[in-house]
Amino acid sequence: MGLFLSVILYGTLLVFVVGILRKVIQYATIPAPLKIPTTPAPTTRTGVVFRLGREVVLFESLFKASKWTWLFGWLFHFGLLLVLLAHLRYFTEPVWWWVALLAPFSPYFGMMMMFGLAGLLARRFLVDRVRYISAPSDFLMLVFLMAIAGSGLIMRYWLHADIVQVKEFALGLLAFDFGLLGFNPILVLHLVLVAVLLLIFPFSKLLHAPGLFFSPSRNQVDNPRERRHIARWAKPLDGNRGEKPHG
Amino acid sequence: MAKAPEFDVPEAGDYIFTPPVLPGAMSHSQPFVAKEAHQEAVGYPGELIDNWQEVAIEKLGEMTKKYRGLQVYLDSCVKCGACTDKCHYFLGTGDPKNMPVARQDLLRKVYRRYYTLAGKYLPKLVGAEDLTEEVLDDWYKYYHQCSQCRRCSVYCPYGIDTAEVSMAAREIMATVGKGQKYCNEIIGKVHKIGNNLGLPEKALANTLEGLEEDVLEDDGVAVKFPLDVKGADVLLVTPSADFFAEPHIDGLIGYAKVFHQAGLSWTVSSHASEAANFGLFIGSYENMQKVALRIREAALELGVKRIVFGECGHAWRVGYSFLNTLAGPFDFLDSNYPVPQHIIEVTHDLLSQGRIKLDPEANDDKRVTFHDSCNVARASRMGSKAGGQFVLPREVIKAACNNFFDMRADTIGEATFCCGGGGGLLTDDLIELRTKGAMPRMQALKEVNEQHQITHMAAICAICKSQFSKVLPYYGFEMDQIISVHQLVGDALVMDTEH
Repeated sequence: MGLFLSVILYGTLLVFVVGILRKVIQYATIPAPLKIPTTPAPTTRTGVVFRLGREVVLFESLFKASKWTWLFGWLFHFGLLLVLLAHLRYFTEPVWWWVALLAPFSPYFGMMMMFGLAGLLARRFLVDRVRYISAPSDFLMLVFLMAIAGSGLIMRYWLHADIVQVKEFALGLLAFDFGLLGFNPILVLHLVLVAVLLLIFPFSKLLHAPGLFFSPSRNQVDNPRERRHIARWAKPLDGNRGEKPHG
Repeated sequence: MAKAPEFDVPEAGDYIFTPPVLPGAMSHSQPFVAKEAHQEAVGYPGELIDNWQEVAIEKLGEMTKKYRGLQVYLDSCVKCGACTDKCHYFLGTGDPKNMPVARQDLLRKVYRRYYTLAGKYLPKLVGAEDLTEEVLDDWYKYYHQCSQCRRCSVYCPYGIDTAEVSMAAREIMATVGKGQKYCNEIIGKVHKIGNNLGLPEKALANTLEGLEEDVLEDDGVAVKFPLDVKGADVLLVTPSADFFAEPHIDGLIGYAKVFHQAGLSWTVSSHASEAANFGLFIGSYENMQKVALRIREAALELGVKRIVFGECGHAWRVGYSFLNTLAGPFDFLDSNYPVPQHIIEVTHDLLSQGRIKLDPEANDDKRVTFHDSCNVARASRMGSKAGGQFVLPREVIKAACNNFFDMRADTIGEATFCCGGGGGLLTDDLIELRTKGAMPRMQALKEVNEQHQITHMAAICAICKSQFSKVLPYYGFEMDQIISVHQLVGDALVMDTEH
C-alpha cells in the first residue's frame, strides 16, 4: 500500500510541478503589448505589489462583486491554507512550534473549507446565472474538493487513521524511503484524491492561482505616458522611430 | 421626437434589478456585416473565406501567443459568477450570453476544444465545443453586444477583461472575412481622409470658419478655430463629431474659448482630424497603430509642442494608454507636458494657476450630474494621481456650475455604467441593444433626478453624447439633456472682450 501510494504521489507531484512551471514560463514569456491595467491603478511597482497582495489575501475585487461568493470563496481558500499548514505536522520532526500551535484547530479549518465549498456549490445550483455558466467540471471540482476535506474530517472524528504510521510514511516520502502504510480505505481515498488534484491542477481552471499574478489588468503599473511600453513583436512595426533622429 | 420603438424598452425602476436569465432574448441582434470594400480597405478578406474554421482556430492560437492577457484570461476563469450581474447589456436584456463570463465562454469553449488537454479528450466535461457555423454566428452576435467598457474586469477576482476577449474575437472574425460594417467602414475613412465622418479638409475649414462667426455673433469675441497652422503650440485632436454634432459642438466651442482666453496658440489638423480610434474596437493592433500614427505625423508636420485630446472616451484610452506605445517616442515635444494631455487636464491646470476664471452663476439655470465615461474611468487616468479621472472633471464642473449632484455611488467612478453605445456599437442597426443597454445608467439618472431635479447630464465622450441624445427620449428625458463638460466651461468662462 505504502509503495503504491508513494509512486502515485511522486508521479502526480512531478506532473504538478512541471505543469505549473510550464504555464508560469509561458505566462512570463508571452508579451503584453499594451498597457491595460484596470484603472484606477497603482502608479508604482510597489503599488502593484500591494494591489496583488490585496487580491490574494483579501479577494478585494470579489468583495466588491458579491459578498456571498466572497464569503464562501474566502472561507474555503483560507480554510485550505490553514489545513495545509497544519498538515506540516506530518512532515516535520520535531514539529515546528507554529505548526504545533495550528494543529489542534485543523478540524475546524477543515470545516471552514467544507462550509465554503458547500456555499459555492449551493450557488451553482440555486443562482440561475451561475447555473447557466457551470459546466459539469465546475460542479465536479467542488464535489471533489469536498471529498478531500470530508475524508480528512472522517478520519479525524470517526475512522481514525494510525497517525504515527502516517507520519512515518510522510517523513519517508521526504527521505525517498518508502514506508509502510496499513490499509485504511478512507486514508487511501484521501491520498488518491489529493494525487488526482495535483494531476489536474495544471490542466484546469485551477490555473487561476498562477494566472492572477500574470493578469495585465492587475499587475501593470499605470505609467504609459511616462514610460514607453513596447512588446517584442511590435518593435519591427516601429520602423526606425524608436531611434533618435540624426543630425 | 422618437418614433415608437419596435421593442420593449426596459423599465428604469427604483433600483437596478438583476433580471432572470432569458436564453435567446437578444439572439436576433447583430450589426450589418462589412462589405468587401470595407473589409479590404482595412486589410481583411472581402467575404467569409472557404477554410474559415481552420484559419480562425489558427488565428486564435496565434493571438494567445501575442497577447498574454488573452492567454491568462482564457485559462483562469473559475466560473465564480462575480461578473454575471455587472454588464449593462445583461441587466437591460436578461440574455445570459450577455453575462461577461458567458460572452468569454463563446471563445473559451473553442480555445479549450483545440488547445487544452481536457477539451481535446473530455470536451463535454469541461464545456469545450467545436467551432461550428452556429458558434461563429454566436460570436458575431454577442461579441457585438459588448461595448468593451471593462466594468466586468473591475469585479473579476483575476481581472479578466471581457473587452480583451471581445477584441480578439472581432479580430479573428475580421481575419476570416466576417468583419463589422460600421467599424471597418469608419476605419477605412480614417486611413483615406483622416476622420470617421470622411469630412474632407475643405468642409472642415468651412465648418471651423462658421464656428468663428457664430461665437463672434453670440459672445462678441473673436475666438479663432485654427486649422493646419504651422508653429502652433498645441495640436488639438478631437473626435470629428465635435465639428458638427449636437451637443458635441458646444464642447468644441468651449475648448476654443479656453485656449483663446489663456492665450494659447493651437490648431486642429486636417490630417489627424479624428481622436477616436476604431482600430481598438476591432482588436487590430496594426489598424490602431496606423490611425495613431496620423497624430504623430500631424504633430511633426505642424511643428507643435503639445498634443491635447478633446472629450472622447475610447479615444482617451488610446491616447493616454497606447499613443506612446503605438506612435512614440514623443521626444520632439515639450517635455514639460504629458503626451498627450486631456482637455480637462488643460482647463484644470489653467484654473488652478488662475490663468482663466469661471463664473459659475452663468450656469445657474442648470442642475447638473456627471456621467463617467467607461473607458476614461477604467482604462485611463487624468492628472498625476490614480483616480484623477474622476476628480478632475468634477472639479472643473463644480468650478463652472453651482448645482452639481452625483448619481448613486455604485453607478459612478470605477463602477460607472457604459452609455450603451461604446466599443463600435453606435450604429442604428443596433438601436434595440443600445436602448436596452442604457437602462442601468437611465435608472441612476432617474434616481438622482427625483432627488435633485437634474436638468442636464454632462459627459466627456463623443459616443456617450451621441448615444444619450438618441436614447434619453426612450426613458422619458429630453434629448438635449446631455451636454459637454466644456459647454459648461465655455458658458461660464469670463472672457476679456479685447484680446
